Amino acid sequence: MTPVPRLMSDTALVFGRYARQTLRSKMAVTFGMLMPLLYLLLYGPLLTDVPLGSSGSSWQILVPGLLLQLALFGAGFAGIGLLMEKQHGVIERMRVTPVSRLALLLGRVLRDAVLLTFQAGLLVLAAVAMGLRAPLPGVLIGFAFVALLAASLASLSYALAMKAPAPQAFAPVVNAVNLPAMLLSGLMLPMSLAPGWLDALSHLMPLRYPVDAVRAAFIGHYTAPAVLHGTLAAVALAAVSVTAGTRLFRAAGA
Amino acid sequence: MDAPDRLSISATGLTRAFRTGRGPVEAVRGIDLTVRAGEILGLLGPNGAGKTTTLRMLTTLLSPTGGTATVAGHDLARDPAGVRRRTGYVAQSGGVDPTVSVREELLTQARLYRLRKAEAAARLEELTLDLGLTGLLDRPCGALSGGQRRRLDLAMALTHRPEVLFLDEPTTGLDPGSRADLWDLLRRVRAEWGTTVVLTTHYLDEADALADRLVVVDRGAVVAEGTPAALKARHAGSPDASLQDAFLAITGRTAAPRESAPVAV
Repeated sequence: MTPVPRLMSDTALVFGRYARQTLRSKMAVTFGMLMPLLYLLLYGPLLTDVPLGSSGSSWQILVPGLLLQLALFGAGFAGIGLLMEKQHGVIERMRVTPVSRLALLLGRVLRDAVLLTFQAGLLVLAAVAMGLRAPLPGVLIGFAFVALLAASLASLSYALAMKAPAPQAFAPVVNAVNLPAMLLSGLMLPMSLAPGWLDALSHLMPLRYPVDAVRAAFIGHYTAPAVLHGTLAAVALAAVSVTAGTRLFRAAGA
Repeated sequence: MDAPDRLSISATGLTRAFRTGRGPVEAVRGIDLTVRAGEILGLLGPNGAGKTTTLRMLTTLLSPTGGTATVAGHDLARDPAGVRRRTGYVAQSGGVDPTVSVREELLTQARLYRLRKAEAAARLEELTLDLGLTGLLDRPCGALSGGQRRRLDLAMALTHRPEVLFLDEPTTGLDPGSRADLWDLLRRVRAEWGTTVVLTTHYLDEADALADRLVVVDRGAVVAEGTPAALKARHAGSPDASLQDAFLAITGRTAAPRESAPVAV
């Protein structure tokens, strides 16, 4: 077999293993979307009459943020599963087989992207029940961003888990990255409300661009510069993350 | 002897340094190793001697910082994939997910070793019979006993009929009956398939009973090598002495004070 079909069949194999693992733990699937769901139900109603400095309803501003929050936290903690596997020797047992190192990462990451996109779909349905009205293409663009960011952030999370000297160090590090990422990207409220210095600072946070892009898509502005910038940021992040993740699967002293 | 025995492993100057807060530490410093095809080699040494690091290099899990090695006919550095196709490895911790069923783990491993679906299913049947896993296939791996788990680990590593099998402390924590079972199994694997076996152990009776030849490492270097009888004769005074005495003499950790030499300063 030539390298590309081999990579694909290896990836499908690894994906299958982790997809079955996910299907076995329906609790985890449900609880994984608890955080954005609670924000939707208990925080969303606070915004309906607040001027948010943007066109569209408050739901069109909040729901894109919640979709990316789902990706940020869902994929950010993906490495926890790998930590447990590392302890059981599962990672090394896979790494001594001829399976492609890239596939060991991609199969897992693909599972995360599919799972989080599915959860994003459920979240949007719940949001529609709460009052969200948004054009379908915009929502689909939102899902594409969720999938791409989930893949990037999960790769980074796996890289961190491979590298983490102790499992206890993992969660504090993820939180230390995720909280500033959430606040500085304007996930909860658009950065157009921010004072100049905070707005400037938020431009240094790569996640801000995808957030702005999905908000633009949700109000039907598919050709806005924000969509282009968001796409570029997400693709760049994916390239860096997958490269870093694969390097660690190849070489890590896990 | 006109035809030299075929070598399964030949390593020269194998070295691995780790970076630590206090500068680089050499866990393995220049190990030379040759293992003949079909040989059972016991790797002995105190904790931290570099046994596991050596195995992890020879199985491609860790790249050496120095030296070269050929394993099962493939160069470790130039063709790690070739090495992986022809070697099996059982880590100290084993390598199965306790929540996954025995059947799924065996099938997944066979597919990771690139067996086709039908081949993987046929191999599952064979391994189940050979390694006494009948009736366990649909249990989660976490529900197996220690001895059953070890047999499963071995089945996973034998999936692709490797030429060389590496085992890191395979019998640690097993009861005497399960240990004896595992010894028999390893002897059978070697007899039936000519598999070369390299295992580390802290049990000297195990090394004595199972291994054709022993290599003792200490502080990252080979300090003695030979058949159990030769090591006993050379280091404990007689081929009938205990391997324990030979081991302690080799590693400089004398057990009973015979003539306690003054401590050199």
